[in-house]
Amino acid sequence: MGVRPVSQASVAFWPMTDRHVDTVELAAASPDLPQPWAELGLRDDEYERIRTILGRRPTGCELAMYSVMWSEHCSYKSSRVHLRRFAELPQETPLGKTLAGIGENAGVIDIGQGWAVTFKMESHNHPSYVEPYQGAATGVGGIVRDILAMGARPVAVMDSLRFGPLDAPDTVRVMTGIVAGVGGYGNCLGLPNIGGEVAFDETYAGNPLVNALCVGVLRHEQLHTAHASGAGNLVLLYGARTGGDGIGGVSVLASETFTTAGDGLSGGPTKRPSVQVGDPFMEKLLIECTLELFAEGLVSGIQDLGGAGLSCATSELASAGDGGMRVRLDQVPLRDSSLAPEEILMSESQERMMAVVEPQHVERFLAVCARWEVEATVVGEVTTGNRLVVSWSEQTVVDVPPRTVAHDGPAYERPIARPAEQDALQADAAERLPRPRTGAELRATLLRMVASPSCADKSWVTNQYDRYVRGNTVLAPPADAGVVRVDEQTGLGVAVATDGNGRFARLDPYAGAQLALAEACRNVAVSGARPLAVTDCLNFGSPEDQAVMWQFERAVQGLTDGCRALGLPVTGGNVSFYNQTGDTPILPTPVVGVLGVLPDVARRVTPHFRFAGQAIWSLGDTRDELSGSQWALVEHGHLGGLPPVVDLRAERALVELLWQSADAGVLAAAHDVSDGGLVLTLVESCLRHGVGACVRLPAGVDPTVALFAESAGRAVVAVAPADEQRFAELAAAHAVPCARIGVVTGADPEPTILLEDLFSVSLAELRTAWEATLPAAMHGEATARPRRAGGSEPAAV
Amino acid sequence: MRLGVVTFPGSLDDVDAARAVRIVGAEPMRLWHGEHDLHGVDAVVLPGGFSYGDYLRCGAIARFAPVMTEVIDAAARGMPVLGICNGFQILCESHLLPGALIRNEHQQFVCRDQRLRITNASTAWTNAYEPGAEIVVPIKNGEGGYVADSATLDRLEGEGRVVARYVDVNPNGSLRDIAGICNPGGTVVGLMPHPEHAVESLCGPGTDGLGFFTSALTALLARA
Repeated sequence: MGVRPVSQASVAFWPMTDRHVDTVELAAASPDLPQPWAELGLRDDEYERIRTILGRRPTGCELAMYSVMWSEHCSYKSSRVHLRRFAELPQETPLGKTLAGIGENAGVIDIGQGWAVTFKMESHNHPSYVEPYQGAATGVGGIVRDILAMGARPVAVMDSLRFGPLDAPDTVRVMTGIVAGVGGYGNCLGLPNIGGEVAFDETYAGNPLVNALCVGVLRHEQLHTAHASGAGNLVLLYGARTGGDGIGGVSVLASETFTTAGDGLSGGPTKRPSVQVGDPFMEKLLIECTLELFAEGLVSGIQDLGGAGLSCATSELASAGDGGMRVRLDQVPLRDSSLAPEEILMSESQERMMAVVEPQHVERFLAVCARWEVEATVVGEVTTGNRLVVSWSEQTVVDVPPRTVAHDGPAYERPIARPAEQDALQADAAERLPRPRTGAELRATLLRMVASPSCADKSWVTNQYDRYVRGNTVLAPPADAGVVRVDEQTGLGVAVATDGNGRFARLDPYAGAQLALAEACRNVAVSGARPLAVTDCLNFGSPEDQAVMWQFERAVQGLTDGCRALGLPVTGGNVSFYNQTGDTPILPTPVVGVLGVLPDVARRVTPHFRFAGQAIWSLGDTRDELSGSQWALVEHGHLGGLPPVVDLRAERALVELLWQSADAGVLAAAHDVSDGGLVLTLVESCLRHGVGACVRLPAGVDPTVALFAESAGRAVVAVAPADEQRFAELAAAHAVPCARIGVVTGADPEPTILLEDLFSVSLAELRTAWEATLPAAMHGEATARPRRAGGSEPAAV
Repeated sequence: MRLGVVTFPGSLDDVDAARAVRIVGAEPMRLWHGEHDLHGVDAVVLPGGFSYGDYLRCGAIARFAPVMTEVIDAAARGMPVLGICNGFQILCESHLLPGALIRNEHQQFVCRDQRLRITNASTAWTNAYEPGAEIVVPIKNGEGGYVADSATLDRLEGEGRVVARYVDVNPNGSLRDIAGICNPGGTVVGLMPHPEHAVESLCGPGTDGLGFFTSALTALLARA
């Protein structure tokens, strides 16, 4: 796919730019000139604050910089007061102090043997609705550059996606584009996609979620940070040229609702040019080129250009350094020579990086870039003093204290109010809904459940992603976590999982955030890895809605308390507000990413049963908990009640048991119990290798609860008969409740899941139901799937 | 024994191909697209990826890279050359192999563990397999549909130059289920699936892909 042409962005915002450059001198001389601060998303008091900081009106360029950097997306002005709680957690993983934490482009943690890992998740929700392919693609590109800017080689990506109902009119367009965009960018970039999630709810129909995660690895000594130090050092911009795409993207797209911004669908002027376009080929060159620059020791400081483009990179680099910075904006290589200086500062053209380089290294720096055919240009220098000064044709167009742009943006204590209807919602418990009673009813329920969009096979999505490139992928979908090898000699590797459940968070945002955290930890632990650190992507509605702010505050507190109880730091993350359609916010969706370590990836555990005779054990307690469950959704279209109880002490014990059992080599398979309950876990564990299971549910438990409840803190494991004694001892030592519930059965006469005294169902019937849902919805009649080999020639195309 | 792996701008599976070479006990030699130099290697692998972003026709720009002059000359002299995925596309664009690879029939990128049948086990890259052996290796492509005119397809089949065919599922709409072909001498092989992703039991669907690389060593030893 080539880069799509970008239509010209309107330049009407800038009354003076066509013929006159708005300089600092002019600004001082014309204090009363009307300026478009409101159109750029600034409030009147924010505009006044800029005037106070500068002691005059801002120039057009300064206004551009402040408006994008003080936007919700860049300044976290509504969330900052709450996010401080993450920073108050001990900045320590179970293996030691974090090497870089919140505030850097991404957190960096020690995984032993001299290796470090950096990982982070970021949202690209709004652009992905307006332009699904490019929105999702550039979401991947942006997070990959964040990881690269830490000095790390990006080694894997994941994506957590939320869409409207599969049968909603716009879902096919949005989902096809987003999945193709994630794949198109990541595949061409050469990063394996090792996991993620796909979920559906009507509140995402007009506001899909695209949360992209990237993992990078580095040796401890390779850590780089974003700061510009040492007067006389040069500032280089390298990578793609700057064009008119994504101008004001952060302020216009990410910080307003679609109805007010005008999305082209509701009658307002189209904002399509505000979505960036991606060039993964350039990003691949940028990665290899940057890693070579690091390896040769040519980089003093580095920053990627993402949201807010040059405004962000220059102000953040300068404010993190020990001096000021001078930038000659007319040196920036352009794709479109008609761009005004304000637009150059705001452009979010992709695949660009900014580096601070000592003068004696510049020649070599340029040579490395030339080898990779990456354009590099000296655009400025680090200065003494503490001003960020930007010039255009020898005239000063920006002269600001960089910290006021990058860090001293407004911070709001938004009003918070628990919504009045929350009590009624929580009182409307799903436990009171009618339940299937007979074996036949339970069997039919199971078949509807496996075919439901959120439980069904996701390979229509994951088969569009390269999971093999780089040759270090140890686990990928449908495993619970992605696992990649870091060191070929020792087998050191990392596991990553992302989880989030907006339905639970809607019922109780505090518990919902903790449930997401606990599930991600379990998914890492069932893979055999020890959880070490947390990243998050907090997707919520408008912060100006007091009920949404309440959800947000509760979720942050829940996540903080959860991390403290589990002994994990939050090393970075992202907040996405204004996810709503009209006045209806999305389900509050805190997505949590957990990273764990395996000293030897050969000890990894898969979720798949393999051999007849393996014993099936259930771990953890099952309670009468159906509210917020997939069962309540699929069978009753219901959302109400209280989510499953969170017992962090029990979660911690289960996680310890799982990774230690894996390390001891006693687990043949292990699978988290979550969406759909125990029976969905069993089905998924059987399907991969086509084996059956014979299971006896505990006596005295209602079968609907035993099969479909989504109680937290549970997993199913398979254990070889010879290891059962040892496993039981480990479970007892960790005080994890466990029960031997059955045995893996073979394929004779055909693989079948038998629930004693209730029903049996063949794997073939389950597989048909499980596999059909997504292809049927995306293609109508599954016509465009790969065809059988040995058939006739295809008909004319 | 030295096997060269070419890196073009946008090559992605070059590290994987080099690893596979190392695993079978040969020395991988990284070759750079911009050099007119094969550094004395005994065989060449053109790896998978998106050379030059595949923004023009896949492989159409890489075919003009300086190193390809040397690869084409060496191939004419009988040097074993394996083109995997994007490398297969480059071999077709270079006219070292006939036919072309077009967008998958179902219009989507596809990544799956693919069953293949080795239909010619006497090439420089497949002599380690039994004729008719079935193997599983990953396939991952957006433009992997092999096409040629009927006369060419008949000739390829008649001369035994179809090296591998898809079994069970044809993942991209390739004509006659063709997954790989070779030149008349059996030294130049183009393959859409990725044997270099099936060389370690831990990372991939198994080790069925190793045979492509051990085959090259056998072919080179037989010559020495």
